Amino acid sequence: MLRFIVGRLLLIPPLMLIVSVVVFLLLRLGRGDPALDYLRLSQIPPTDSAVAEAHALLGLDRPVPEQYLHWLWQSLHLDFGTSFVTGRPVLDEILHYLPATLQLGGVALLLTLFIGVPLGIWSAHHRDRIPDYLVRTLSFIGVSVPNFWLGFLLVLCFSVWLNWLPPLGRGGVAHMVMPALAISAMTTAINARLLRASMLEVAGQRHVLYARLRGVSEVQITRRHVLRNALLPIVTATGMYVGELIGGTFVIESIFGWPGVGRFAVIAIYERDFPVLQCFTLVMTLIFVLCNLLVDILYAWLDPRIRYAHVERDVETTASREGAA
Amino acid sequence: MSDVFETASPLAVAGSSSMRRRPQLTVIIGAVLVIALAIIALAAPLIAPFDPNAIDIMQRLEGSSAMHWLGTDHLGRDMLSRLIYGARVSLGAVAVIIVLILALGITIGGIAGFIGGRVDQWIMRGCDAFLTFPTFVLAMFMVGVLGTGMANVVIAIALSHWAWYARLIRGLVLSMRERDYVAAARVAGASRLTIFREHLLPGVLAQLMILATLDIGHMILHLAGLSFLGLGVAPPTAEWGVMINDAREFIWTQPGLMVWPGMMIFVTVMAFNLLGDALRDRLDPTQAEQGH
Repeated sequence: MLRFIVGRLLLIPPLMLIVSVVVFLLLRLGRGDPALDYLRLSQIPPTDSAVAEAHALLGLDRPVPEQYLHWLWQSLHLDFGTSFVTGRPVLDEILHYLPATLQLGGVALLLTLFIGVPLGIWSAHHRDRIPDYLVRTLSFIGVSVPNFWLGFLLVLCFSVWLNWLPPLGRGGVAHMVMPALAISAMTTAINARLLRASMLEVAGQRHVLYARLRGVSEVQITRRHVLRNALLPIVTATGMYVGELIGGTFVIESIFGWPGVGRFAVIAIYERDFPVLQCFTLVMTLIFVLCNLLVDILYAWLDPRIRYAHVERDVETTASREGAA
Repeated sequence: MSDVFETASPLAVAGSSSMRRRPQLTVIIGAVLVIALAIIALAAPLIAPFDPNAIDIMQRLEGSSAMHWLGTDHLGRDMLSRLIYGARVSLGAVAVIIVLILALGITIGGIAGFIGGRVDQWIMRGCDAFLTFPTFVLAMFMVGVLGTGMANVVIAIALSHWAWYARLIRGLVLSMRERDYVAAARVAGASRLTIFREHLLPGVLAQLMILATLDIGHMILHLAGLSFLGLGVAPPTAEWGVMINDAREFIWTQPGLMVWPGMMIFVTVMAFNLLGDALRDRLDPTQAEQGH
């Protein structure tokens, strides 16, 4: 297991290196002169000498590979430059906004799992009866509804009409209910559908039939023979949910005035504040990659087939190496 | 044996249901909705009762009336006309995105699968890099790179989705490359391009169409989301996401302004999802009912 985790961890640095090259190259090749944006946002008139000075300051007068290596070196020392708009270190800014985003995204992930899983079980249990149709219809609506519109509908219902929940801001639990629901609608729906399909598939397998023939109670069958196996695809899918939730959070933050990274990033896109854009993209991608790493480890821990397959492969390779020697 | 199956809980018969064809009704609803939306988009100037951008400040924020069926927005523009023209923007954008993605995916994935070797390795390494990003973050980043605006958002969404298609196409081409009929074509002296176009591409296209149809819903949601954030279509163009954003100040007084455009996005996405699910069940029963 430890070898598995270390092996997975070692994959991350090269992956992030490629990602950083993509981010860097696209920004350098794809847009106009960053020096002009810098001058505009610093409110310095773009005279020839000012442009030349900005080029020197931002290192744009050097060859692109050198710029990249310099930037990479700085980034590895957690120096992502300063924002053109605020003039403060970019990483500090992003880390300032990140907790709010992670909190909201985390709650949305919990909702996805703790609403989606029971719904999936309920649906599979009452296959082709009313609860099943209800859950299937709900999940169909869930995957089709735009999250920001759902956010507004919730505000309309619970703030405008019923006056139960605050429509804006970050505070207690009450502030979190509507944004988290709006973000997690799609993933919850996918989760319920996936678990339903997965449970029905497992329930059709031999070991369940034999358990039933042995006279094991239905509750035991569901809990120990069906659900445990059926939950495995959900673990894999959780990695995908995280990506979906990150995107959803950025949109929803703007509706509920949630002080997270999303609003900060949107301003950066608008103002062409490229140090912020670079850092934002890398940080969010790293979070996504780390979440997927956790999911992989969890999966290997839960599914002995993966764990042992890995160990066996290691044993085989050591054996063959020894044989060769 | 059959007794056990029949008397036990609903979970017992499993398998058979998840494999069963979905009722025809959903396919029909999906297809009818998609066709209706396409007609609305194409014939927008004929159907729309008003110019979607005609401002009439005297009639702003009116409720529904015989003249303005769904009322008017904060600038007195006719809601219904704007909804109709919105279909044009969304579906038009999606059509362009699909063409871009297929062009990129078929070219890049095709080259990787067909040539193989080192070229393949490098291309797939590049694809992996694109697949590492969360899709929406990549789309936002691309808009940052290219600048805001409709054309750039379309390109951004295409660039954040293409790698999935390239990978699928590569896999399919690899699996078909060694088939006998391809070998026969090669022996018969067909050029590489001809083999790819005539013998490999047709087999790939069905799979591609399923993936694309299932993905259109996602694309429309991403498009509307980016527009809603103010990164896409510039005013005064009627786009559903922008319309919802415009309506946010009036949520206390005129909630209808926000409900209708959202409903249009919802119905459009639902129509493509219905169609996509049905296509997948029909052409690929093993994948039936799995989440996307």
